[in-house]
Amino acid sequence: MTSQEHFLSAGRIDVERLTIRLGEGAQAFEAVQALDFSVAAGEFVCILGPSGCGKSTLLGALAGHLQPSAGVLRVDGEAVAGPSPARGMVFQHHTLLPWRSVLDNVAFGLKMQGLNKAARQQQARDFLGLVGLQDFATRWPNQLSGGMQQRAEIARVLINRPRLLLMDEPFGALDAQTRGRMQELLLEIWGRIRTTVVFVTHDIDEALFLADRILVMSPRPGRFIEDLRLDFARPRRAELLTSPAFTHLKRHCLELLRHEEGRELPRLTPLGLPSDHPPLRIAL
Amino acid sequence: MTRFYRWPIRLTSLALCLLFWQVAASQRLDFGLLTFTYVPTPSSVAQAAVALVESSKLWAHLSSSLLRVFAGYITAALFGVVLGVAIGRWKWAEDTLLPPLEVLRPIPAVAWIPLAILMFPSSELSMVFITFTGALFPVLLNTVHGVEGVDPRLIASARSLGAGRWAILREVVLPGAAPSIVTGLAIGMGTSWFCLVTAEMISGQFGIGYYTWESYTIQNYPDIIVGMLLIGVLGMGSSALVKHLGGLLTPWYRGASR
Repeated sequence: MTSQEHFLSAGRIDVERLTIRLGEGAQAFEAVQALDFSVAAGEFVCILGPSGCGKSTLLGALAGHLQPSAGVLRVDGEAVAGPSPARGMVFQHHTLLPWRSVLDNVAFGLKMQGLNKAARQQQARDFLGLVGLQDFATRWPNQLSGGMQQRAEIARVLINRPRLLLMDEPFGALDAQTRGRMQELLLEIWGRIRTTVVFVTHDIDEALFLADRILVMSPRPGRFIEDLRLDFARPRRAELLTSPAFTHLKRHCLELLRHEEGRELPRLTPLGLPSDHPPLRIAL
Repeated sequence: MTRFYRWPIRLTSLALCLLFWQVAASQRLDFGLLTFTYVPTPSSVAQAAVALVESSKLWAHLSSSLLRVFAGYITAALFGVVLGVAIGRWKWAEDTLLPPLEVLRPIPAVAWIPLAILMFPSSELSMVFITFTGALFPVLLNTVHGVEGVDPRLIASARSLGAGRWAILREVVLPGAAPSIVTGLAIGMGTSWFCLVTAEMISGQFGIGYYTWESYTIQNYPDIIVGMLLIGVLGMGSSALVKHLGGLLTPWYRGASR
């Protein structure tokens, strides 16, 4: 595993006056408005906010899937222009290719780099080991449980040695127990591969458990209303969830988010507005 | 797996139909609107079938029909998939290629027969063209449908992993559309048989459709039904072949249902 245990000094994010408009015509709105923030290299940041507040939109822009309407995003001083393997993205539901085995899925990024089959499969096996899936290399993605699919997804992104790991509620669709285990696993991996993590969630416990720093966001237009630094000792264990300091901060976050209650907004995605299903066409 | 106890009922149902046919044809039942007077009995059809198999004509008819179907069908499959992917993937292709195709699409392939005879130097080519037209649209539209239905998140995440334009087409779009393409190919196989048989009835010299129609004109009625059954068996066989090949091309589909 020596190949992965490298510390990257890279992964600094600088965002200036970032505005992203979504929708067309009269329906258009500013999903995020005039955001200014920086993230230090190697930091674990959670963006916390209610559904539809624009946190996923921000993540999509960091990944390069959405174009800013105004402002700039810089990663290590370079403006973001389009998707890149240096900025890996994990969606809420896995995006493993159903027609590739788990191993080939994890090796996908290396295949795109032009590595030969033996070399990329060897590395993919290492990364599958890192997420505890070494015994499932030959399965199809659909044969894995939801938690395993997300683990494979994380391995697939990390194999590209990204400077940023962007995660859009990656454990939101998992049951509570699996979610807890995945959070611990993610922290363990992050302990070994110190990449910058931007983790979007609406779960206060999750944000408090994982992050060095929480940016709390309010919706329409999406803006940060709090920048919270956490100094719980690492490595963190599940006991932290019941400690007084944790409860105190949780109450503070609940207070912040309470203002937004009663406003039901449609969920936004890192690719923009949730896409309508294509109309049913009888193809004869 | 179908349970075994259901098979006796199914076979009985088939046997009852055959029995009705035998009785109706041998008794020359006449229902006024519908008459069995000229319908040959199953036993005479079986005799005619044996006679055809023993004669040398069968292979000539079969081979010329199969050749036409595969020439037309394979061309249609190539055109349909290539155009379908282009139309589904790129806006400019949709705007340039789709309008003329949409105008031609509602015209049944069979309606092309007179013009096809005028346009092509040989009747052979015109029949292949009719077969091509029959298969083209099911393949094309199902391909477009499949390509447009590929999950945009899969494409986005492949781009994030470093995939370029062609890699996305090869690794994401084509496999993603494959189940739909296979459906189109299977439907197209059926329609191309249907079109071929019609075309052969009008302008053929050999072939199963020609054989069926010829049997009518020379009043060899049992042979009509032999021809019909042959067409059915060939159509079913080639659809099954396409589905089987399609299944081999999309192995993850079976993996998913497990």
